[in-house]
Amino acid sequence: MQIQTGLEAGVEGTVLKAEVRDLDFHYGAFHALKRVSMPIYDRRVTALIGPSGCGKSTLLRCFNRMHDLYPGNRYSGGGIVFHPDNTNLLAPEVDPIEVRMRISMVFQKPNPFPKSIYENVAYSLRVRGMRNKNELDDRVESALKGAALWNEVSDRLKELGANLSGGQQQRLCIARALASDPEIILFDEPTSALDPIATASIEELVTELKEKVTILIVTHNMQQAARISDYTAYMYLGEMVEFGVTDQIFIKPTKKATEDYITGRFG
Amino acid sequence: MLKAADLGAIRAIITRAKRWDLFFAVLGLLSLMVGVLTFTVLFLDMAIQGVPRLSLDFFTNFPSRRAENAGILSAWVGTILVMLVTALAAVPLGVAAGVYLEEYAPKNWITDIIEINISNLAGIPSIVYGLLALGLFVYYFGFGQSILSAGLTLALLILPVIIVATRESIRAIPQSIHEGSYACGATTWQTVSDHILPYSSAGILTGVIIGMARAIGETAPIITIGALTFIAFLPPMPFAGDPAAGMFEWIFAPFTVMPIQMFNWTSRPEAAFTVNAAAAGFVLVFMTLAMNGLAIYLRYHLRKNIKW
Ligand SMILES: Nc1ncnc2c1ncn2[C@@H]1O[C@H](COP(=O)(O)OP(=O)(O)O)[C@@H](O)[C@H]1O
Ligand SMILES: [Mg+2]
Repeated sequence: MQIQTGLEAGVEGTVLKAEVRDLDFHYGAFHALKRVSMPIYDRRVTALIGPSGCGKSTLLRCFNRMHDLYPGNRYSGGGIVFHPDNTNLLAPEVDPIEVRMRISMVFQKPNPFPKSIYENVAYSLRVRGMRNKNELDDRVESALKGAALWNEVSDRLKELGANLSGGQQQRLCIARALASDPEIILFDEPTSALDPIATASIEELVTELKEKVTILIVTHNMQQAARISDYTAYMYLGEMVEFGVTDQIFIKPTKKATEDYITGRFG
Repeated sequence: MLKAADLGAIRAIITRAKRWDLFFAVLGLLSLMVGVLTFTVLFLDMAIQGVPRLSLDFFTNFPSRRAENAGILSAWVGTILVMLVTALAAVPLGVAAGVYLEEYAPKNWITDIIEINISNLAGIPSIVYGLLALGLFVYYFGFGQSILSAGLTLALLILPVIIVATRESIRAIPQSIHEGSYACGATTWQTVSDHILPYSSAGILTGVIIGMARAIGETAPIITIGALTFIAFLPPMPFAGDPAAGMFEWIFAPFTVMPIQMFNWTSRPEAAFTVNAAAAGFVLVFMTLAMNGLAIYLRYHLRKNIKW
């Protein structure tokens, strides 16, 4: 199915990275995503907004097949087509581990492993079989630089990740997600557990990262979506209400429901 | 405005209500004392009787018909060797089963039944394990009345404890760490070996040692499989003697263990043997406490670097 956004023509130089097509998802008997469709553009930030419980995290976690970890979860229709190779990430024959090697994730609450700062970042390389010490050192350093953390931790890479502040821990998790050179990074409300200063540094980082990697971010903070995203998708009760360029969604949404949510009359 | 009379009434209510606090505090303290005091008196009685009997000879002598020459050499060596076999068999099996149930097993009615049964296994009287082992290890597998049979019997006995401890320590690892590992692209085995086992090892170890501390005092199943009460020789040392013993010949040797040695001595009429039993009991309690101390030490050390 062709996704009708009417926007591809309007934005210069955009390339599709992935398309969600008529996606249905069930938690047991509960129908959590209902025929959701949306495009994901290459090296752009796409924000998912909507009231709590509308299915933002559920949609995000389809992208790295996180739902496969729990029994009873079903991708019950449609799929996510990944470009340029045109694979359906949700096809049963596609190995979820392969998907997770291409698409990494940063969680709501910073979740560094109880290991050293170095080992936290190196882990996503080790699972890919990297053993060479020099190569690991280089990749860890560049990931920490990419996550704007290197200057703060370069002299204490052997310390526990858990000893860092909340904002630093979240940047450590971003470095871990970045180290393996993913094609997409998923963020699930990455700043909701952080103070305003740490939040600002993560937001700045996200806008820098999009030079290299496609970003899909869930946020319940509309100002955040407006500040950092290029595209915004508004979801409600498991359905995709409206997708568009962020400015358009916030300035003149086409749907009444979106406008009500944006203006705070609801949600 | 609150009137003075009302305040008086409120205070009266509080005073009356607090009487129950006092009542329960006293009751609780008394209950605690019953347990603690009983144990202390029993232990002190044993220590007063037994400690003067402790000497180097007591540890290096075999049992003897004369109480003052008798020692616990074969018993403590037997206990340590049996425990070694128990640990080597029970730890890998128990940890593997626990990891399998938590990380690999599909959640369906078969695994539900297995789960319920594992909890029930922990409640089966130990002598039943002895009977099972007599048929299985001693006769069917032909291991005889050996250290191997005893070690495997006790391993069966503590297996449920280790499985349950493994599962509980795995469940104590936050979901977010688990998901973090998978999100990096790890396989289940990588997740288990790089995260689950290292982070749960303190809890697993505690379970192992609690299980071993239970096994070290078990008497009934060991008697059932036919441990001897009078052993005046040691199992063959690997590669020692003439002709040289094999590496593992000791596991087929007859043996005795501490609680059986004690049991044997308490059934003698002479008072001097009762003193021997008290001394051996003191050593056994000391071994158990040492194991618990080790558990506390290891738990502290392994947990030091684990913060979520
Ligand atoms: N594991 C689960 N099992 C059953 N229902 C779930 C589960 N996780 C989420 N849900 C339900 O799915 C809906 C969407 O949840 P979620 O995607 O977490 O919402 P959001 O991230 O937008 O707040 C909610 O109604 C929630 O209760
Ligand atoms: Mg959510």
